[in-house]
Amino acid sequence: MKKIDDETLDYVEILAKLDLSEDERIKAKDDMEKMLAFIEKMNELDTKDVVPLSHVTDINNVFREDEEVSSFEAETILSNAPKNENNMYEVPCTILSE
Amino acid sequence: MAKEYEMVIGLEVHVELATKTKIFCGCKTTFGMKPNTLTCPVCSGMPGSLPVLNKKVLEYAIMVGLATNCDITRYSKFDRKNYFYPDNPQNYQISQLYEPICRNGFVNIKSDAGEKKIGIHEIHMEEDAGKLVHDSWGETSFVDYNRSGVPLIEIVSEPDMRSADDVINYLEKLRLIIQYLGVSDCKLNEGSMRADVNVSVMEKGSKTFGTRTEMKNLNSFKAIRRAIENERERQIDLIESGEEIVQETRKWDDEKGKSYPMRSKEDAKDYRYFPEPDLMPIVIDDEWLDKLKEKEPEFKDEKVKRYISEFKLPEYDADIITEDKKMADFFEEAISLGGEPKKISNYLLGEVKRLLNENNTEFDKINLNPLNLVKLIKIQEEGKINSTIAKEVFEKMYYEDVEPLEYIKEHSLMMESNEDELKDIVQKVIDENEKSVEDYRNGKEKALGFLVGQTMKVTKGKANPGMINKLLKELLSDGK
Repeated sequence: MKKIDDETLDYVEILAKLDLSEDERIKAKDDMEKMLAFIEKMNELDTKDVVPLSHVTDINNVFREDEEVSSFEAETILSNAPKNENNMYEVPCTILSE
Repeated sequence: MAKEYEMVIGLEVHVELATKTKIFCGCKTTFGMKPNTLTCPVCSGMPGSLPVLNKKVLEYAIMVGLATNCDITRYSKFDRKNYFYPDNPQNYQISQLYEPICRNGFVNIKSDAGEKKIGIHEIHMEEDAGKLVHDSWGETSFVDYNRSGVPLIEIVSEPDMRSADDVINYLEKLRLIIQYLGVSDCKLNEGSMRADVNVSVMEKGSKTFGTRTEMKNLNSFKAIRRAIENERERQIDLIESGEEIVQETRKWDDEKGKSYPMRSKEDAKDYRYFPEPDLMPIVIDDEWLDKLKEKEPEFKDEKVKRYISEFKLPEYDADIITEDKKMADFFEEAISLGGEPKKISNYLLGEVKRLLNENNTEFDKINLNPLNLVKLIKIQEEGKINSTIAKEVFEKMYYEDVEPLEYIKEHSLMMESNEDELKDIVQKVIDENEKSVEDYRNGKEKALGFLVGQTMKVTKGKANPGMINKLLKELLSDGK
């Protein structure tokens, strides 16, 4: 069975914005290794002639017309933000200064 | 001997589509509104909200694909591009990776070596991100989601361009095609068209491309040209001093004339694309494609040909008028209202262009009415006003959309062609300008011009210039 090394887990932590404790890391590794095992099992199947499936239903072409629907009040939308100022969401600084 | 280098350039062009509403929700796309007043749970990324594709976005994207000779993907899908950044409230952008709507197209551009084909790798649909405003003290950033979910198409070219000129010609070509289709106004300075430029440099004749960099923040054709030239120099310097070119994204600072590597706290470039489960696949049949194909307008090149053959316009005029779809529409409307093509063209290329330049504005921002222009030209032709007054009235029409005849009557600007009245005025001018009269009689032709000018001044520009000339010559020779 494939093993998840610390480096890979560190990388996944960055991508998923997670900060795991030692206990959680052990559990996460275990879960991820199990997932890889599932995939390995599935890889045993010959899918050479099978078209990749992205949607399980046969529904397609679901559209809306280009017609306006009222937006929410800014206050309502902003009430979802931990912090806001001047009608804008306030977030930690995103760029490093030059 | 110094080595010769060649640039290899590919472009990613984002175009904001001019739909009324966003790509996946019914919020309006209006620019410049108060922050976060055009948002809803879908475009602000609330869990459980459900995107539904705006049909017009799809049709616009296909129309651009057809006009750029692309194959239209008959079974197309959306994908999620995952990354964390506050301008992206869902933590993924809905885009197309695996089955973009258009592929494998091209446009022809002008180049020194004649017509040149620039390949289009693909065109895909995606949603725009929100707008981030950074605190100058670097403590916090602020986000406005009004732009989040505004529909974009991204047009990815093949690396077929070799100079800044190629890039400008390619962008101009795209702009014209898209404007004529009416699917976007394509303004670089307003961000409705944005170009990221991938540049690499290789020794002339080489078969392997060098390491490329991606340049962002290019807001004008001028900035694009400067950034490309600058990047070329920077890369050549690195190569010649034996240093490595780093594959990176750089931000152009047009004021400083330099680019800087863009650094972000989100360094991991691993988007983990996967099919978007909330949006159903798109299936396009022949019938639909034919219908869209029928909507295709007459493009610039065809218009130029028609203006030359049908309206007997010089190619120069036809070329300039069709540079701007709105101006071409105006021209055609004026003709349908009875205007004479060359006379309309003269106004567009002369006075209109002059005033547009003077005010640093564009044709779609002005209120000039084609019917009024046709009327003004007619009034002038009938000899009711002279060219000085016509210019004055035209400016009024340009700025204030006045009706020419009413304005002329209201301000008593009709040409003064009453010979008796004019004769008195001319005589008075002659009496008051002995020096010029003498100069004229001594053979100085220029002095006559001065006397005409003086007469015009007295009549406040309303006199018939031909008549003044005639009267002056008569009266001056009488007095000999």
